[in-house]
Amino acid sequence: MQIAPPDFDRMFGALADHTRRDIVRRAIDGEEGVAELASHYPMSFAAVQKHIAILERAGLVTKQRSGRRKVVRTNVEGLRMARRLLDQYEELWRGRIDRMTEVVNEYTRETNR
Amino acid sequence: MTVTAVRKDPQALSMTLEAEFDASPERVWQLWADPRQLERWWGPPTYPATVTKHELRPGGRVEYHMTGPEGDQPHAYWEVQEVEPPRSLVVRDNFANADGSPNADLPGNEFRVTIEGIGGGRSRMSIVSLFPSTEAMEQVLAMGMEEGLTQAVGQIDAILAADAIAEPSAPRELTDR
Repeated sequence: MQIAPPDFDRMFGALADHTRRDIVRRAIDGEEGVAELASHYPMSFAAVQKHIAILERAGLVTKQRSGRRKVVRTNVEGLRMARRLLDQYEELWRGRIDRMTEVVNEYTRETNR
Repeated sequence: MTVTAVRKDPQALSMTLEAEFDASPERVWQLWADPRQLERWWGPPTYPATVTKHELRPGGRVEYHMTGPEGDQPHAYWEVQEVEPPRSLVVRDNFANADGSPNADLPGNEFRVTIEGIGGGRSRMSIVSLFPSTEAMEQVLAMGMEEGLTQAVGQIDAILAADAIAEPSAPRELTDR
């Protein structure tokens, strides 16, 4: 079974920074451009631009035209895929715990016999 | 449902899962210490595990293979790091070639098991899993997935709220090696 497509390493790496996660959160609405986003952070315009570029390369945000402006918008589907990987790992362990419980209960029944 | 808590940290590529059992820590420990019991829960029904070597001591190896629906037999082994019966176990889970030799091409992962009594003849087991990369996680999933598990897409809120759930202290220490 293949669960691959996007570059998950790049994606998780991009998300490993507080400012970038905050940008991703703000860009869900897709209403702000780079300059507006930059105004939220106590850092230079260039620094915020750099963060956005990293998010863009990771496929987490895209720049889109909205009327005469360019806005930054979060790639919601990409984020969901990263989340899904961890969800699947959780399912793997939940299955194991269920089987462990069966084994424990079975042995308990045998000793009580 | 015996799973009582799950914390996932997409930034640290770690997952902590807690479960409770109606049995003593010594009994729960046997799930790990007895290879025949281990075989019964490690792999899903579609990928049952066969344990061929079981050295549960620091520096020891636990070798196993799984048998897939098409007869494929991925081999793997644990490098046992720490063992303290019936309380804790730290293992690096790696892939192997068919002859049992380490397969360095595929990434491994590490997990720490902790078992404690919580009174009334019950126990709590926690598993902290840590992956060096997302590829490592994909490999493990490819081999151990239950069929038909392509389940509900996670909530985007959960990953965005990762700041709130990030608990780097415990899982982090496993990366130092």
